[in-house]
Amino acid sequence: MSIEVRNIHKRFGNFTALNDISLNFESGQLVALLGPSGCGKTTLLRIIAGLEQADSGIVTLEGEDASVSSVRERQVGFVFQHYALFKHMTVFDNVAFGMRMKPRAQRPSKQQIKDKVHELLNLVQLDWLADRYPSQLSGGQRQRIALARALAVEPRVLLLDEPFGALDAKVRKELRRWLRKLHDELHITSIFVTHDQEEALEVADKVVLMDHGHVEQVGTPEEVYNHPATPFVYSFLGSVNLFHGRVEEEGLRVGADAVPHTQDNFTEGSEVFAFVRPHELRIVTDTGYTQGVAAKVVRVLSFGVSARVELDGLDREKDQHFEVELTQAQVAELALIPGQHVRLVPSRLKLFDRPGYVSADAVSNSGSKQSSTGARA
Amino acid sequence: MAFALTPNTLFGRQRTGTFRKTYSVLPGFNLSLGYTLGYLTLIVLIPIAAVFLKTSELSFAEFWKVVTAPRVLASYKLSFGASMIAAAINAVFGLMLAWVLVRYSFPGKRIVDALVDLPFALPTAVAGIALTALYARNGWIGQYVEGVLGIKIAFAPAGVLVALVFIGLPFVVRTVQPILEDLETELEEAAASLGARRWQTFRYVLLPILLPALLTGFALAFARAVGEYGSVIFIAGNIPLVSEITPLIIITKLEQYDYVGATAVALVMLLFSFVLLLVINALQAWSSRSIGGSR
Repeated sequence: MSIEVRNIHKRFGNFTALNDISLNFESGQLVALLGPSGCGKTTLLRIIAGLEQADSGIVTLEGEDASVSSVRERQVGFVFQHYALFKHMTVFDNVAFGMRMKPRAQRPSKQQIKDKVHELLNLVQLDWLADRYPSQLSGGQRQRIALARALAVEPRVLLLDEPFGALDAKVRKELRRWLRKLHDELHITSIFVTHDQEEALEVADKVVLMDHGHVEQVGTPEEVYNHPATPFVYSFLGSVNLFHGRVEEEGLRVGADAVPHTQDNFTEGSEVFAFVRPHELRIVTDTGYTQGVAAKVVRVLSFGVSARVELDGLDREKDQHFEVELTQAQVAELALIPGQHVRLVPSRLKLFDRPGYVSADAVSNSGSKQSSTGARA
Repeated sequence: MAFALTPNTLFGRQRTGTFRKTYSVLPGFNLSLGYTLGYLTLIVLIPIAAVFLKTSELSFAEFWKVVTAPRVLASYKLSFGASMIAAAINAVFGLMLAWVLVRYSFPGKRIVDALVDLPFALPTAVAGIALTALYARNGWIGQYVEGVLGIKIAFAPAGVLVALVFIGLPFVVRTVQPILEDLETELEEAAASLGARRWQTFRYVLLPILLPALLTGFALAFARAVGEYGSVIFIAGNIPLVSEITPLIIITKLEQYDYVGATAVALVMLLFSFVLLLVINALQAWSSRSIGGSR
C-alpha cells in the first residue's frame, strides 16, 4: 500500500520537530528514514502510524486521507525499539493478541488463531519458544516476536522504530539481513527509522535523509551515497574529511595551502566546503612537494583489509583532523612515523557552497559541526 | 490489633533455605535472620501467644458459647463484611485516583496527592466525629441523603462502611501508584496498534500488570479496616445486633472485666483475619508470578 505525507508540521513547545515534510512511499518498498537523533524521523513515523497527531498536513494511506483516523483504524503494524511485548503473556499469547482483540464477528476461530500464530512463529523461526515468557528471551528474539505480533493482524503497512537499536552489533547485523529477506518474501510496504547509515544503506530500497525536521535527500542507497545533494548528506553517510576553502584560478586555496581541483562550475573567489572521502586522499611524504594540505601523522592503524592513518592539520588554530584510508601495501611502502610531516592530496573533491559565510557566526557553527562529523569518521 | 503480612515473609521466593556454608556477596544472612526472628517474636508473636494463653483458661464449651453468642456473631458479620466491601470500593476508586495522579497533570495535583495521605495521619476519632457530623440527619450530606432520599448512613451499618472506606483509601493508592508510574506507555500504544479498544487494553494489558499491587493494596486496606476502632464507634451508633463491630465487643467485655471473654473473641478475629490475609497473599503471589513469567 502506498503512503503519502503532505506538508506535515509538528512542534513540541518551541522545538520544531517536523517542518513541512512531503514524502511519497511507494507500495511494496522498504524505506529507511535516516538521520541523527532529534532530526524528527521517529516523530514522522509516529504520525504515519497515528500514535501522534501532526499540527498540520495530511497523511494519505492508499489514496485515502487518514489524518483523522486513530491507530486502531489505520491497520498499521508498529514495532517499537524496546519491543513493548506484553510480559505477562507467553510468546504465543503475545502473537495471538491482535486476532483475539477483534470484534466477535471478525474474530478467527481458536484453531485458526493457533494455526496463524504458529505460521508466524515459523516465519520468524521461533516456533519452539511459543510457551516462553518475554523475560526468558534474548533481545533479538524479543524483537522478532514483536515483529510476528505486528504481522499477525495483517497490517497494510509495517512501521519499525529503530528496530535494532537496542541490540548488540552482531545480532543487529544478523537481523538486518533477516529483515531484508523477510521483506522480499512478504512485500509489505515498510518504513523503518534508524540513525545507523550502514543499516539504512544495506537494507533499504530507498533512503530518506532527514536533519533538523526537514528532508535533505531522497534516493536509492547508491544515489545518496555516490551523489550526495547537500553537505549534511555527504558528511552523514560514511567517513569524510572537510576543508574550508576558496576557489582560485589554479585550484582551491585552503589556508596557506593550495589544492588542485577539477570542478569548474564554481566561480572564482567563492567560499566553499570541500569534502573528501578517506580513500580519496593520497599521502605524499616528499618534503619538497608544495601541493596539497600540510598535515602531521598521529596514528597508523594497520589492521583489517585496509589501513587507516589519522592526521592533524598543521594549522593549530583550526584544530583539524583527517583520516586517510590506504591499502596495507601502500602503508608498508610509505613507512609513516607518528609526528612525520606530510602533504595530503585529494584525487576527488566534492565542493559545496558555503552559505552564510558573511556571518562569522554561521561559519564557526557549521564549521564545528562538520569537523565533529569528520572527527567521528 | 495490628499486624501486617507482607507477601515476601509468607511466600518468599528467594531460595535461602539451605544452610550450607557458602560465601555470599550479601553477608550477614544468619545475623539478620536471627535478629528479624527475635524482633518479630518480641513485637508480634509474644502478644499473640498471650491471647492464646489467656483464652485457654476457658473450656472449649465455654469458649464456643462466648464466641458464638448472637451479638458476637452479628458483629463478625458486620466487621468482616463491611471491611471486605470497603476494601473492594477502595480498590476500584483508589486505582482510579492513582491513575489520575500518575497520568494527568492539572493545577493542584500536589495538593490532591498530599490529601490522599490524610486518612493515615488524622487521629481516627477526629475522622469519626467529622464523618458523623457530615452524615447525621442534620449534617451537610446527611440532610439530603437521609432527609430527602431516606437512606440512613450515620448510626447504621452504612456508616461503618463510610468510615472504613475513608481510612482504607491511602493503602490502595500508594501501592498502585509506583507500578502505574513504571508502566511504559508503549505497551498501550502497541495494544492500540494491534487493534485493541481502550477497555480491551485496560482489561488484557494494564489490569494483569496492576493486579498484584492492587491485591496488596486491597489486603492492606482490608487489614486496616478489620482492626479499625476509633472512627467507627462514633458513626456506627453501636446498636447491638445491628451496627456493633467486633473490636467494640472486645472493648465492652474489657470494660466489664471479662478479660477471658475479650481474648476469646479477639482470638477468633485473629484467626479469621489470618486466614483471609493468607488467601489474599496467595492470590497476590499467584498473579505476580504469572506476570514475571515462571523463572
